[in-house]
Amino acid sequence: MGSVIKVNDVSMMFNLSAEKIDSIKEYFIKAVRRELHFQEFWALRDISFTLEKGDSLGVIGLNGSGKSTLLKIVSGILKPTKGTVETCGSIAPLIELGAGFDANLSARENIYLNGAILGYSRSYMSARFDEIIEFAELQDFADTAVKNFSSGMVARLGFAIATMNVPDILIIDEILAVGDYKFQEKSFARMQEMIASGATVVFVSHSIEQVQKICKKALWLEHGRMRMLGDAEAVCGEYMRA
Amino acid sequence: MAFSKGYVKEKMEGFRRFMPLLRELVVRDIKVRYRHSALGLVWTVLNPLLMMVVITIVFSTLFRQNIPNFPIYYLSGSLIFAFNSESTTTALNSIISNASLIKKVYIPKYLFPLSNVLSGLVNLGFSLIAMVIVMLITGAPFHATLLLLPIPIFYTFLFSVGLGILLSAVTVFFRDIAHFYSVFILAWTYFTPIFYPVEILPDAVMKLMQINPMYHLVTYMRSIVLYGVFPSLKENLLCLCLGLLMLALGLFVFYKKQDKFVLYV
Repeated sequence: MGSVIKVNDVSMMFNLSAEKIDSIKEYFIKAVRRELHFQEFWALRDISFTLEKGDSLGVIGLNGSGKSTLLKIVSGILKPTKGTVETCGSIAPLIELGAGFDANLSARENIYLNGAILGYSRSYMSARFDEIIEFAELQDFADTAVKNFSSGMVARLGFAIATMNVPDILIIDEILAVGDYKFQEKSFARMQEMIASGATVVFVSHSIEQVQKICKKALWLEHGRMRMLGDAEAVCGEYMRA
Repeated sequence: MAFSKGYVKEKMEGFRRFMPLLRELVVRDIKVRYRHSALGLVWTVLNPLLMMVVITIVFSTLFRQNIPNFPIYYLSGSLIFAFNSESTTTALNSIISNASLIKKVYIPKYLFPLSNVLSGLVNLGFSLIAMVIVMLITGAPFHATLLLLPIPIFYTFLFSVGLGILLSAVTVFFRDIAHFYSVFILAWTYFTPIFYPVEILPDAVMKLMQINPMYHLVTYMRSIVLYGVFPSLKENLLCLCLGLLMLALGLFVFYKKQDKFVLYV
């Protein structure tokens, strides 16, 4: 089996002060005063790993260690400053549930919109419509505008759409904390189902338990560098001890 | 690298994959615009119609210009102009207003400005109904050249897509553009012969007018709709080149800058 995700020497640099200049005026004033020096911040440095089909990688580390940045790079949202990422197959990013929703549109319309964001046609989404609404437990609210939904409802709908198919690559950022206990169980089960049917998973969590339960491999990030990469049990054990 | 065969093929693949999204975005644009209005889509026809009535009253009684069939003269020009100005104005903010999406999911980013211009195009289609209505009412002749309408619309579309994606990219880095552009559009409206005949302009201004792309597009539109004349090959090439040049410039800037959007929105 070939590799599904291949991350080669990826580094990501942000210019900290550059993000504050929003207007031409400000830019020129700063340029004249020679205050345009940027503070470089390396969120990730020299990250490399390869995942085969069916692998599941848990990414652990303290806040600010670069976990989310890594997920964004793998899913193609950010382009790394150095290095390359090769992925093969469809990607379902669960980085923030309901990210693509338009609050003014109803749940029904958002299902089509969000499906299209993931690359599915209208007719395809029509066929899966009932299934999605049922999983999200929103039967009575299909035609309600999403702006009137509770955050739990939005998250449920987002999860249901993103996981209706088994993608080749599933990218999950700390989202299993949404919804009530029952829905958490349900979404956890759905994820394990997806792994079982051959999806490659990259999973970020602060819950070591979840990582141990879901993932075979684990990557421990510290200040943007790889501290340890290997078997999930071993890495988690080390991490808990540190 | 840039335009090797594989690269182009990959881009086309991506485009095909995101066709449903483009469609959804256009539908969303139109839906959200007319949501909660009692008349809904009728406004796309009614709006230019009412505008035409106001302008006609103002300019045919107050200023007394001798333009035969003023309503059509105004409409044919203003529809093309409004298509460009409205779609570029919405496209300008498209990257910023879809920030939440750009930060969370990978989507080809040009889809946002492109969808704005496309929904402007749909709007234009409806507005043309208004023009046909006015032509029927005023008893204006229907020239065979009317069938060539898609040509000037296509040229304008190229131009608007180019300008739209250019503005959307630049605005991410300099938000001032958004404020400036509304003033610019106002000036542009007056600098384009929409409700006055171009003949009233002094020679010096007329020379300057030649560099106004909208002047050429509006004139093209009028010769087809109003005068039943097919513009010369030179005019055709000029309009096409204006569109293509703007598109190339827009694409160039957009592709150079698009990887940085996510850091600034």
